[in-house]
Amino acid sequence: MKFSEDALEEMLKRYPDKTKKARKKHILVKDSAEAKQVIEANTRTIPGIITNRGCAYAGCKGVVVGPLKDMVHITHGPVGCGYYTWGARRNKARSEDPAQNFINYCVTTDMQEKDIVFGGEKKLAKVIDEVVEILKPKAISVNATCPVGLIGDDINAVAKAAQERHGIPVLAFSCEGYKGVSQSAGHHIANNILMDRVIGNSEMEEAPGRFAINMLGEYNIGGDAWEIDRILKEIGYTVVSTMTGDGSYEELRNAHTADLNLVQCHRSINYIAEMLEKKYGTPWLKVNFIGVQGTINSLRDMAVYFGDEDLIQKTEEVISREVARIQPIIDQYRKICEGKTAFCFVGGSRGHHYQGIYSELGIDTVLAGYEFAHRDDYEGRDVIPDIKTDADSRNIPELQVSTDERRFRLKVSPEKMEELKRKIPLSSYNGMNVEMQEGNIIVDDLNHYETEEFIKLLKPDIFSSGIKDKYVVQKMGIPSKQLHSYDYSGPYAGFNGAANFARDIAMSFSTPTWNYIVPPWKDQPLLEGKMVGGDEKAC
Amino acid sequence: MLDATTAEVKQRKSGGLINPAKTCQPIGAMYAALGIHKCLPHSHGSQGCCSFHRMHLTRHFRDPVMASSSSFTEGSSVFGGAANLKTSIKNVFAIYNPDIIAVHTTCLTETIGDDIPSIIKNSEIPEGKLVIHANTPSYQGSHVTGFSNMVKGMVSYIAESSTAVKKDQLNLIPGFVNPGDMRELKRICKLMGVKFILFPDTSGVVDSPMTGKFEMYPKGGTTIEQIRDTGNSKLSIALGRFASSDATELLNKKCKVPALALKTPIGVKATDDFVMALRSFAIKEIPYEIEEERGQLVDIMTDTHFHFHGKRVALFGDPDILTGLTEFVLSLGMKPVHILTGTPGGSVGSASGSFVEDIQEMLGSANITANVKDNADLFTLHQLIKNEPVDLMIGTTYGKYIARAEDIPLVRVGFPVLDRSVHSYLPIVGYRGAIRLVEMISNALLDRQDRDAADEDFELVM
Repeated sequence: MKFSEDALEEMLKRYPDKTKKARKKHILVKDSAEAKQVIEANTRTIPGIITNRGCAYAGCKGVVVGPLKDMVHITHGPVGCGYYTWGARRNKARSEDPAQNFINYCVTTDMQEKDIVFGGEKKLAKVIDEVVEILKPKAISVNATCPVGLIGDDINAVAKAAQERHGIPVLAFSCEGYKGVSQSAGHHIANNILMDRVIGNSEMEEAPGRFAINMLGEYNIGGDAWEIDRILKEIGYTVVSTMTGDGSYEELRNAHTADLNLVQCHRSINYIAEMLEKKYGTPWLKVNFIGVQGTINSLRDMAVYFGDEDLIQKTEEVISREVARIQPIIDQYRKICEGKTAFCFVGGSRGHHYQGIYSELGIDTVLAGYEFAHRDDYEGRDVIPDIKTDADSRNIPELQVSTDERRFRLKVSPEKMEELKRKIPLSSYNGMNVEMQEGNIIVDDLNHYETEEFIKLLKPDIFSSGIKDKYVVQKMGIPSKQLHSYDYSGPYAGFNGAANFARDIAMSFSTPTWNYIVPPWKDQPLLEGKMVGGDEKAC
Repeated sequence: MLDATTAEVKQRKSGGLINPAKTCQPIGAMYAALGIHKCLPHSHGSQGCCSFHRMHLTRHFRDPVMASSSSFTEGSSVFGGAANLKTSIKNVFAIYNPDIIAVHTTCLTETIGDDIPSIIKNSEIPEGKLVIHANTPSYQGSHVTGFSNMVKGMVSYIAESSTAVKKDQLNLIPGFVNPGDMRELKRICKLMGVKFILFPDTSGVVDSPMTGKFEMYPKGGTTIEQIRDTGNSKLSIALGRFASSDATELLNKKCKVPALALKTPIGVKATDDFVMALRSFAIKEIPYEIEEERGQLVDIMTDTHFHFHGKRVALFGDPDILTGLTEFVLSLGMKPVHILTGTPGGSVGSASGSFVEDIQEMLGSANITANVKDNADLFTLHQLIKNEPVDLMIGTTYGKYIARAEDIPLVRVGFPVLDRSVHSYLPIVGYRGAIRLVEMISNALLDRQDRDAADEDFELVM
């Protein structure tokens, strides 16, 4: 079913005028006849609107910094923020040295009223000292929460002094929750510090192997990075670092040595990708390892970039073997899924990535959107010069990097680069909108009211988002798939992941539990009897 | 697992926590507010707080948890959040149409000092609708304190003493427990023939049935009218002093309703106390159904005592739950070795009393010494266990890392339980709840015995 402007008007009628005016700009009906469809994104959520969005701290510590397994991440603030980002995101990690794997630890300064009144710097310094003495990490991060900025604790000074005192890196992230308009601000803050303080600070000059890549914006949810690694390593790639799923401070330092940066989640890590190109001359390639076709395309694009015959051949070998193994499994599940429709509202890249795998299962994504993306994630990076900087984005510092004279080297000649750019998404991203079907809907920062209303209008067969709206939708009798945590399943990336996803989606349609929603007494009369001389009928 | 944790204890004086055993106030306030019928909890702060709390509560209950946020920006943090709250109130009533909004603060809005009552006064509130609030600074107490503060907020905004003579009805505050527990408390009161108002009541809200239709405000929850009427009741019972006493004290002060504080009725003794309090309130004999349940419980405890007698156990979680649990495991003949809460244990003179003293007193009468800690973290618990091992852990999901590291069975009780389901539907309170606890404890220990048994010791009957 396609959607009309009138239906949209009708739906937004409930909103107070200002709210309606603001929200309308975040909703698009895909129409290729229009030369340029503009969507508003990365602007404030209106107070009182039930949004799925989180805060800058969640984006920084929760998403980008937290997965670095060999660091102890200290949350400076009251207890909650640290607590909620402890084991909550499924960014798995394993380590050769288990005593240097801190992924299951949560450290917080647990600020008390007196710290708010008199300042928390001394307490933070003491917590760092204790962490060094007791847990003995090789590096530490300090992550700020709302009150820290408000009371003026100088976490940079505390971190600097601690670094000198202990001789290990202590990174300070000023990612107070009120900064920016969503998690996105926190990604940017994290990117800046990791680029400034970590990447390139090792002595390594050459990558430890051929076809060296960094995997950017891959957080190893449910083991995704491990499945991607499996494929890449078999083909012959050297994975220098993963940012940041199952990543480490140690690996990250060497990221400057790679020949190519792969960008999986554009939103959360494009800053580092861009800065790596500027500083070291390493181009980035937009990849999407979700879905069989997405994985195939990404692998072929990588092979095109390196242009090595053996690599190309090995790529094709792995692809045909894996497809032969996986496709029959997926085909079985496709029979259950075919012809169905989905909503796909996730994060900053999955709202796009999962449309491909849905379509492989024969499912049409009739509504998609991102929770915290920017216009370029919808409209493509060409739109970046047109994006106006508002007060909220101005508050997030831009890190200015310059060319590293000693280490900068062009990985491909400018001519070759131009040629490659015509073939593969090299240092570019076209966004989600271009791949949406005509008449389908794009919504930015979809909120609870709109979720309910769009479901009533479009009646999707499956909804995919996060935990906060999962059970809302399932109560309506519609399966709901968490695409943040994968409902504790996974991996969903790569070839094995595609099969897992197909199995799980088919399962959500075919579970017999849906058959029991209506109790038998709802559609059977209380009394049944025979009319004398008449036909049997209910009374 | 947790390989950086050593048995050697180095003193920590910073006040920081490694692996906390508590979280912050606002989530407790949000949970309590869900126990008012047709209420939308509202988090006055950055939207991340609201998202974290909804995420966490949803994972525990596996049911929708609806709440809105003031969605602060840097600007509102500098200039104050009045505009954000006013806009929120307007939008929430227009779009989500609750009967009542229950605002709680966050560390952000407490730090900048937003004056919530005056902002509410200056907001557009539709006729017949209510906005209440509770101050829940995240830098004091814990999630339990937040629950308590929101229940107090309900009393201070809504409860009224409007009749000359108090009604023959009882106020019952269940504490920070699951909807399954609240249902059980109501069942017991009904069996006793007591007229009661349970508030807050999250049963029917976060354990709502599948009907094919989403209800933003499900059938459950204490109505505003009922909460108003609590001022006319003859007695208030606070179950669990940390989560419930402040509200009953305030009811006494505001509406002259006498307050009685009891333990969360976990186990035979605490349930006896609860049932006896109902008996003397109603001046009615205990019905046979309840006596039968008690008899079944004691029968089970006796018949299976060799499953758990003398077993060493570590208990961790929220203070009200631990007080009941400690008493119960003692009555089972188990030996509590470590009892630890993340919540600050209160001080003498406050309504919440002293957690450590309460527990020590119980241990003292059983002639048992144990490590009892308040305001402590799970890193401490892990080190305690490394030095003085236990056979069983009882507590929240967060204990699973320690349980795995030390290969100890874990019985999941309390808040939160994020990795197992159904728990929130079934009680741990009352005699029936105690029967369920015995089953869980017994099975955990026997499953371990089976797992560890040599083939020749692996037995059919146990």
